[in-house]
Amino acid sequence: MIEATGIKEIIKPENLVYRKTDIMTDNILSYCPGCGHGTAHRILAEIIDELGLQSETIGVSPVGCSVLLYNYLDVDIQEAAHGRAPAVATAIKRLLPDKFVFTYQGDGDLAAIGTAETIHACNRGENILIIFINNGIYGMTGGQMAPTTLEGMKSSTSPYGRDIKSMGNPLKMTDIVATLAGTYYVTRQSVHTPANVKKTKKAIRKAVQYQKLDKGTCFIEIVSNCPSGWKMTPTQSNKWMEETMFPFYPLGDLKVPEE
Amino acid sequence: MEKELRLMKGNEAVAEAAIRAGADGYFGYPITPQSEILEYLMEANPSQTTGMVVLQAESEVAAINMVYGGAACGKKVMTSSSSPGISLKQEGISYIAGAELPCLIVNVVRGGPGLGTIQPAQSDYFQSVKGGGHGDYHMIVLAPASVQEMADFVDLSFELAFKYRNPVMMLSDGAIGQMMEKVYLSPQKERVKVFPEWATTGKPPTRARNIITSLDLDSDGMEQHNRDLQAKYQVIREKEVRLEEFQTSDAEYLLVAYGTSARVCQKAVQLLRAQGIKAGLLRPITLFPFPTKRISELASKVKGILSVEMSAGQMVEDVLLAVNGKVPVKHFGRLGGIVTTPEEVVDNLKSEIIKG
Repeated sequence: MIEATGIKEIIKPENLVYRKTDIMTDNILSYCPGCGHGTAHRILAEIIDELGLQSETIGVSPVGCSVLLYNYLDVDIQEAAHGRAPAVATAIKRLLPDKFVFTYQGDGDLAAIGTAETIHACNRGENILIIFINNGIYGMTGGQMAPTTLEGMKSSTSPYGRDIKSMGNPLKMTDIVATLAGTYYVTRQSVHTPANVKKTKKAIRKAVQYQKLDKGTCFIEIVSNCPSGWKMTPTQSNKWMEETMFPFYPLGDLKVPEE
Repeated sequence: MEKELRLMKGNEAVAEAAIRAGADGYFGYPITPQSEILEYLMEANPSQTTGMVVLQAESEVAAINMVYGGAACGKKVMTSSSSPGISLKQEGISYIAGAELPCLIVNVVRGGPGLGTIQPAQSDYFQSVKGGGHGDYHMIVLAPASVQEMADFVDLSFELAFKYRNPVMMLSDGAIGQMMEKVYLSPQKERVKVFPEWATTGKPPTRARNIITSLDLDSDGMEQHNRDLQAKYQVIREKEVRLEEFQTSDAEYLLVAYGTSARVCQKAVQLLRAQGIKAGLLRPITLFPFPTKRISELASKVKGILSVEMSAGQMVEDVLLAVNGKVPVKHFGRLGGIVTTPEEVVDNLKSEIIKG
């Protein structure tokens, strides 16, 4: 245990190795311990900070766990109806083409109720960034089956495991949008290790640049965990994600610009 | 600058008036009998002149949410549809009302329920005036009765929408949308380049971030928000009632009708007067706020009231509330896309109200 006087000697500007970006507010995150949302928020905030985008950023938050995104990021944000964020973002970008516009959506929001809005915004090639958090479950409503829930995966509405015959197949939305002519950059990443955080951050930075160049839709899926919904500890959930989610949702670029 | 005279369909007049009003964006989806609005705007291509954005959305649902996004940027944005499409938009309208965003929604009503018919009707009164979507909210509802009013009410709608940060519906119908009349068009207005202070336009260092949401998980906060909305609606009720009266000063019988039915009833009043029956017409121009006070005053002077609407009887509920039992009130109207005739109104007033 470090003595209180010792701490005072350590906390000095010259010893600073890391500080929270001011784009993240001081509000306490509503996310469960171990959830990937907090990390995803932070790296998005860091990019906005590092590239000096605060005054030109307009975000769109979804319905789902990240509905309160506007409490955590110190930028202008609109909260959209369930699944409609890509339509909302379409109008923002069309009317304010010089702004940096992004949506931040979960799998229920983006790949179930918002399927049409997602596909058509991508197909029109709207010059926006879509960040898609895929944890294979409806988190906020208490762990129901999502369009991305894996075969055999248990949830409160697939208590015996997802049965493909009666409940349908898990949907690979990112693979679908990668086939659309309007998307420019489509990638699948994660934020569960420092190395993956770096890769995801790099992907977001690229997407910002592409939007500045008016290249079309950039789509970044972040495969993430849901310890509460999956009924696991944070450590277990990350291990399960690596062993079970990643084989079905493999990380990497699905569509990269032809340089 | 002088107004320009043209012969136009109601739908075309809305589209041209939107460009001239300096609208920033239109987001729509084809549906009969209002597709001319989107078609006209696409052909006029105002992105090359005023800079107005025109976009054909993938659905009415997407279109109204585009309106949400654009309105939340402080822009003058609008959509249009017809009854089944308006049903689809209701979720988005509720969010717009909850987030207090200004916009214009044009409803060129057709008969229902379901897919119904493409012919004109007035059976969307409830879903326009009473809320339509979830929660306690109101749109301001304007009911044009001519092609001229379809044009004029575009500018008025935007004015009211921004004054009260509230969605405005122009409740037209398939007859007025499709008919051609002469219309005087206002000169081109500049698009406004100044944003309201609440708009999401990117946070400069000089202000706190702007958040557009209809969510408040704290029930005390949500109750207060609802009370604030209701207080706003009360101000609208007190200040924004618009109506027109025709031969009411000595009327013994009153017709109440809006839109196409009001045109029919104007003729019916003339036919009744020719028969020695002193009839008059009150035409609500605003359906929310409803001209409750004036109808109540007239109810003290007349012997009976006939509410005429191309529906099974929706507006009549508000007429009954306004009259509050002072005199007999009945509803009359044709259904399913059939326009009521003046003769039918005359016969109905005689048989149901005058009774011999």
